[in-house]
Amino acid sequence: MARMTMIEAIRSAMDVSMRRDENVVVFGEDVGYFGGVFRCTAGLQQKYGRNRCFDTPINESAIVGSAIGMAAYGLRPCVEVQFADYVYPAYDQIVSEAARLRYRSNGQFTCPIVIRMPTGGGIFGGQTHSQSPEALFTHVAGLKVVVPSNPYDAKGLLIASIEDPDPVIFLEPKRLYNGPFDGHYERPVTPWSKHELADVPDGHYTVPLGKAEIRREGSAVTVLAYGTMVHVALASAEDTGIDAEVIDLRTLLPLDLDTIVASVKKTGRCVVVHEATLTSGFGAELAALVQKHCFYHLEAPIVRVTGWDTPYPHAQEWDYFPGPKRVGEALVEVMEA
Amino acid sequence: MAEQPTLSLHVPEPEVRPGDTPDFSNVPIPRAGSVERPAVDVDPREIRDLAYSIIRVLNRNGEAVGPWAGTLTDEELLEGLRHMMTLRTFDARMQMAQRQGKTSFYMQHMGEEAVSCAFRKALEPGDMNFPTYRQAGLLIASGYPMVDMMNQIYSNEADPLKGRQLPIMYSAKDHGFFSLSGNLGTQYIQAVGWAMASAIKNDSKIAAGWIGDGSTAESDFHAALVFASTYRAPVVLNIVNNQWAISTFQGIARGGSGTFAARGLGFGIPALRVDGNDYLAVHAVAKWATERARRNLGPTLIEHVTYRVGAHSTSDDPSAYRPKTESDAWPLGDPVIRLKNHLILRGVWSDDRHKQAEAEVLDTVIAAQKEAENNGTLHSGGKPSTREMFEGVYETMPPHLRRQRQEAGV
Repeated sequence: MARMTMIEAIRSAMDVSMRRDENVVVFGEDVGYFGGVFRCTAGLQQKYGRNRCFDTPINESAIVGSAIGMAAYGLRPCVEVQFADYVYPAYDQIVSEAARLRYRSNGQFTCPIVIRMPTGGGIFGGQTHSQSPEALFTHVAGLKVVVPSNPYDAKGLLIASIEDPDPVIFLEPKRLYNGPFDGHYERPVTPWSKHELADVPDGHYTVPLGKAEIRREGSAVTVLAYGTMVHVALASAEDTGIDAEVIDLRTLLPLDLDTIVASVKKTGRCVVVHEATLTSGFGAELAALVQKHCFYHLEAPIVRVTGWDTPYPHAQEWDYFPGPKRVGEALVEVMEA
Repeated sequence: MAEQPTLSLHVPEPEVRPGDTPDFSNVPIPRAGSVERPAVDVDPREIRDLAYSIIRVLNRNGEAVGPWAGTLTDEELLEGLRHMMTLRTFDARMQMAQRQGKTSFYMQHMGEEAVSCAFRKALEPGDMNFPTYRQAGLLIASGYPMVDMMNQIYSNEADPLKGRQLPIMYSAKDHGFFSLSGNLGTQYIQAVGWAMASAIKNDSKIAAGWIGDGSTAESDFHAALVFASTYRAPVVLNIVNNQWAISTFQGIARGGSGTFAARGLGFGIPALRVDGNDYLAVHAVAKWATERARRNLGPTLIEHVTYRVGAHSTSDDPSAYRPKTESDAWPLGDPVIRLKNHLILRGVWSDDRHKQAEAEVLDTVIAAQKEAENNGTLHSGGKPSTREMFEGVYETMPPHLRRQRQEAGV
């Protein structure tokens, strides 16, 4: 057991998986010799050789497309797209191929691949280093979509994703790579070494896909969050003194509806938060599901706190990012409704 | 200062349109036997001219000539002829079945039978094709049961793909035939990935990618070439240039470049052009390229020069965009007739035996069709269960799909 950053935990997950299963291969842009622009694959090529961990040409469609071919052969590729903002050239391969291969071939061919990509804002990344495209994947039948919020989950979920028999979109909130971030950008950042969820076992373990985790038990309102917004939601509960129950969804598809419904039936109120833009974002699906399954228990309209329906700006970073102030206001709003 | 012309957009047009006289005078056809056959370990830079010529074995008289001749025995050639005749008859029956409403859709191979049938014979068990929708010859030549192809086309209760796929989008892993996708070009880079996997595992199997002339314009064509080149993947990258992408003549995709094969040269991939209507030439070139891949010498690009004689699909009417008699004017002729004439010349075939074989093939295809129709056709008879609609999205059905299946009442 060691305290790890999210980067170290993700690296450890690939290390453990590559050691256990020689069909696991890791590749992407700058992933090999250099060890990744975020250091997530540092040392893997030295340890496992260029056949198992290697650099690729800059072509996202080829990275994912070749991974699909490898999976059809029988490998378990865990590939990286350098930023989630750059996944779009691979969208055809992900949606038309990876997600449907098992279905359309009636199981003759399967696609056990993981596509890792750093996601989310809060780092002055501007328009193309900050996006949260999860809703583009949760709408696709055949994919699984995972977003960890801490080192322990990151490692356990990534190992589970690599071992999963179906394609997994693994979104890593890069704002959380080095430490938890609650949206209080004016305060100094705490490193993961001060956080108990950075206690990560060295060896193999998994965090099951499709299971949410209650990060803070509460009775007044349920907050549904994932990634960086889990920490923002926790800060908002503390700042406002409202006894919020904060659920870290961890897997968006398939979704742990049971945990969500049990919580909202208990609290009677629900706030959904995500960094991604509002319209047709994943929050819309969450709100619709809560409305359907908890209608007679709701004491107030479901409120969504999200990024605005604009491209992600640079100078206006903290006016865009749904920080603890906006989430706190939403908590007050649903409590007073 | 001289006056500058105003800019104008160049939009390529085919030489002829409906009502015009077909004209292929712009297609230079080298003499059969005139193209050298390099060693498989040749430096790709030394054979750049092969990307601009056409490798041909059968000459006008039906003789097999030149350095690419002699890769097949009489028995193998007779079998190849049977495969092409079977595919053609299969096409005709399925085309008719679509007109009769037994299926919603079909796509023929008329004129292109040699390409997939001959190429398949150069592969070994365990190799994997990543085909497009116009390589069913790969299945026929590998002995895949025709009745299963028809079951898929009819989406009936014996459909191996449980009615989930559009007709002709076959999948036959055991026959080295990767699951077809409607999205063009995607499988080209997947073939490269499969080949990379084989190399990663120090295996001996190779992959073959397939794409049409039109789809070479897709981004994944480039993706495949750069990955195949970078990693020297054991893959044969086939381009079937049948001159047409639905209504669009090949000049739209090719632009001003010399040939499709020439696109491999910029990637350092040896590129061959072959007479796609010459069964012997296709096989010889396939053998060369597969041997290269198997000897870990890297990828090869092959442009099969052929002509799409039939309509693009059962939803298409080519007389709206090209002369009706254009296929008759195609200078590379008909692959079935050319091989038939060659075998007659060799003294192992005759017109009578050909007629007899046509009747036998028709009987075989009709028998398979009857068997398939006993399992149902699209709108009548046995169907895949509605429950199958929900199966196979994931290995294990997640809760939301279980709920939806219940809602659907199955």
